This record gives sequence, C-alpha cells and structure tokens, in this order.
Amino acid sequence: METILTINNLTKKFGYLTAVKDLSFTINKGNVYGILGPNGSGKSTTLGIVLNVVNKTSGDFSWFNGQISTHEALKKVGAIIENPNFYPYMTAYQNLKLVCKIKGVDYGKINEKLSIVGLLERKDSKFSNYSLGMKQRLAIASALLNDPEILILDEPTNGLDPQGIHQIRTLIKQIASEGTTILLASHLLDEVEKVCSHVVVLRKGEKLYSGRVDEMISSHGFFELKSAQHKDLVSFLKNNPDFISVKEEGELFTAFLNEPMDASTFNKLMFDRGIILSHLVKRKESLEEQFLKLTDKT
Amino acid sequence: MLRLVNLELQKLLLNRASRVLIFISFVLPFTVLILSSIKINFFGFFTLELGELGIFNFPIIWHITTFFASYFKLFFAIVVVSMIGNEYSNKTIKQNLIDGLSKKEFILSKFYTIVFFSFLATVLIGLGSFFIGLYYSSYTEASIIFRETEFLLAYFLKLVGFFSLCLFFGMLVKRSAFALAFLFILYIFEWIIFWIVTEASGMDIAWKVKNFLPLESMYKLIDQPFQRVLMTKYPEKIDMAYDYAVHWYEIVIVLGWTALFVFLSYRLLKNRDL
Repeated sequence: METILTINNLTKKFGYLTAVKDLSFTINKGNVYGILGPNGSGKSTTLGIVLNVVNKTSGDFSWFNGQISTHEALKKVGAIIENPNFYPYMTAYQNLKLVCKIKGVDYGKINEKLSIVGLLERKDSKFSNYSLGMKQRLAIASALLNDPEILILDEPTNGLDPQGIHQIRTLIKQIASEGTTILLASHLLDEVEKVCSHVVVLRKGEKLYSGRVDEMISSHGFFELKSAQHKDLVSFLKNNPDFISVKEEGELFTAFLNEPMDASTFNKLMFDRGIILSHLVKRKESLEEQFLKLTDKT
Repeated sequence: MLRLVNLELQKLLLNRASRVLIFISFVLPFTVLILSSIKINFFGFFTLELGELGIFNFPIIWHITTFFASYFKLFFAIVVVSMIGNEYSNKTIKQNLIDGLSKKEFILSKFYTIVFFSFLATVLIGLGSFFIGLYYSSYTEASIIFRETEFLLAYFLKLVGFFSLCLFFGMLVKRSAFALAFLFILYIFEWIIFWIVTEASGMDIAWKVKNFLPLESMYKLIDQPFQRVLMTKYPEKIDMAYDYAVHWYEIVIVLGWTALFVFLSYRLLKNRDL
C-alpha cells in the first residue's frame, strides 16, 4: 500500500511540558484516519509538526516516503488547522487565488471548489463578512484546491452550529467517498466513529492505540438481561466461561461476553435451562465507552 | 522569484491601508521635488525659485534629491512592518506555510518586495532629477550629467537596508506599532553608544564607532548636502570642505547589515513555533 506519511518517534517539548512523546504511526493512501484525544493531548501539535509550522524536538517524519522536501510535499496536501486563517480584506475568490499562487495551481479550480462547498454566489464578498460556518467551508475549499493526496482537518466542526456541523460532515463523507485520504483530528467521538476507518488515540502526547476502528471496539459485546429468576440467572452467568463479568444494576443485568455469541443462541440456552427472560438486548460497546476506558487509565 | 513578488504584491495592493501608504511614499517626494522646482510667487512680494540657488545643477542635484527623498522612506517603513504584523495578527503566516510556502520563501517574498519597491523609488527619483536637472542645469554635457550618479546607488542601498531593518523588527516583535517603536529606540540607543564611547575615548573614535551602527551607517551613505551648497556659494572658505562622497566601505557596511537583518529574520522564523 502506498505510504503518505510516516512518523517515527516524534517528540515535542514546550519547556518542561512534553506535548508529544515518542509518537509513531503511518498513514496509508485511501483510508480515513482519526486522531482522537482529549483537549491538550497533542493532536494539534503533531499536525503542526508535520505541517511545518511547529519545530520538532526529536524524532522524524517523512511525506510520500521522503522523496520530496516537506514544503514541496505540502503542496500536495490540503490542511486546515483550528480556525480558518485568511486575509480579511480580500474576497473569497482573491484569497483562493493567493493559495493557488502558493501551491502553483491553475485559477480555474477556484470556482469548481467554491461550488463544492456552496460558496460560489458569495465569492466576491470579503472574508471578514463571512459567518464562521462559511469561513470553515472556505477553508475546506482552499484545502481542496490542489486536489490533495491527503486532506488534514483539525477540529473542523469546532464552534459551529448544528447545521454547520452537519454540512461539514456531509462534505467530509463526500470527499472520503471519492477516495481522498483524510486525517481528522477531533475530540468528538461520534464524528470519528461516523467517518473514520482507522484511529490513533492519544493521551498526554502518548499513543494509546492505533489501528482500525472496528478492531478497537474489540470486545464481543454484552447482553442486557432481565428475568424474574435472579438467582438462577446469576449462578449460570458466573459459572459460564463464555462470560467475563456480570454487572447488576437493580433489575438489569449486564453480562460481558468472552466469546462471540448471538442473542438467539443465548436465548435458547436460557430457555433450555428453564430461565425465562423478560428483557434481552445484545449491544456492542460504543467508541466512546472504549475511548473513555483507554484514556481513563493512568 | 517573480512568483514570490507577485504573491506579496497581491497581499499589499488589495489592502487599502498599505495601498494608500505606498501611494504616499511614492507620490509625496515626487510632488515635493516638482513643487520645489517651480517658481513660487509670494503675492508679488518676492519670488522664490530654488532653482536659482544652483541646487538643481548637475551633478549636485543627484546628491540633493536623493538626500531629501530618503526622508520619505518612513511611509514605506510603515508598510513593511505592517506587512509582517498583519501576517501574524491574521495568522495567515501559518496558513501560508501550511499551504506549502517554505519559511525561506516567506522571508524572501518580503525581501524581494522591498528590493522591488526600493528599485522603483530609485528609478522614479532618478528620472525626476534627470529631467529637472536638464531644465535648470547650466551644464548639459553627458560627462557632467552622469557624474555622481553613485548617489542613486547609495539611495537604493539605503532604502533596502532600512526596510530590511524594519523587516527584522517586524519579525522580532510581530506587531507593527512595536516594531516602529523599536526603530526609535534603536535611534536613541545609537546615540547612547556614541555618548558612552565619547566619554571613554573621545569624539573622533565615537564617530567612527557610530558609523558602523545600522541607522547611522545608512544615514552616512548620503551625507547632508547643505554644507556643500554653501561651499559652492563661498568657494574661498576652505574650512567648510568636508567629505560628502559615497565610499565603498560605507556601501559594504550597509550591505553587511542588510544581509544580517534578512538572515536573522529567517532564523527567527525558522526557530519559532507558530
């Protein structure tokens, strides 16, 4: 598989604070990656380093197998960090024209990309008159100008209203479906769960997990059960090696699976034992629960 | 190189404030030059015609116009510091780098623009002086006309040097107003050094030291022309004679500072986390 970005043992210290600690991961073409982590976990710093605006303390990274210099590589990358930064006194069109000059892209792309993000009618308005949602969409248009090999988005929905968030997400999904590699940094888990195939989880600058999203949610799920025959149910679950643990919350039992098992098999098993269930739901842990489990460990 | 100048020109010319300042910094010295060259009649009491003083004669005109025009560099200095300050306050410097401009290219695009405008200013002043000189000067032989045109070179280098200093201060403090304040502080600082050295080892050495400092070395490129005008009026007063020529070592000092300021600006940006 074609490698787009490789990060090896990257470390960044701000004085006594270590923002990124010995971080390594690889981005391959065609996947949608999420970088997850609480605020201050080093997501933006990591992106800042690979985007040439933050100096690394040690370690290294290389774009496209290291065949070209970082600033040349960035011409093939589209990136938005935090807030959209443009010249307030220029119109959207003029701002994008400037980006074209930097990246060496044909001006013809400007209208095409503006129409993708739905700003074509407002292209001659000054950037300073734009709403936050429009600014964010303009930033995406700007990042798409060069038809990038990879699109890097850092908290793209930060500060937006629900409509704005929905618009941006739809855009991201649309771009991903066209085969563009995406790297999305966010602390919003459902966002990552909805669009990403791979995930890197950071806490305090350290990597806790990196791999596929569905493998991260690696447990076999759990059953939520209710039954009048408390004692029989508990003793069965506790003595069955297929279950790791059982949690009791009032009437509701939660049994965590050790082996894959579907609900009908379990229901039959119960019925054979003469235990009648009044409530049976099989669920998988969400990314959120998994993430909290990972990041809570200290 | 053209790409980098083109980039910066777009940033400058679409901004109304810098457009006005650029316009002023070019048009004002020109207007003053032309106004001073015409005959002004003060309500019939007397007429003032500076041309009659002989200051528009070749070759002295090169000296006089470049000396006075260089005072207008302050307007463009505001443009230079604000073109750095704006990039920081809009955070567009970060976006420029992310979009694929290298830090070196960023500084170079500013420096090339400085060179471009300094060159334009030199050409304008050169042409203006040339035509006014042709009109007023008693001597119109080519050998006399083009004597002392090194003042134009000095003017160009003075502008490039001064704006590079502004560029450096802009990069250092990131805010336009503070950068201008730094210029003033540097001016005072140079006099303080002068005073300290005078106390320690006398005025002669103090002047020699001051001639190496950035602002003074740029000023020294084109010495004041008043004494020279007087000299032409009273050629018998030999004690008035002074050395007003543009010397190669003065040029070298200014070039040295220019190179240092551009390099330091780059180093600052390179080591900075944005």
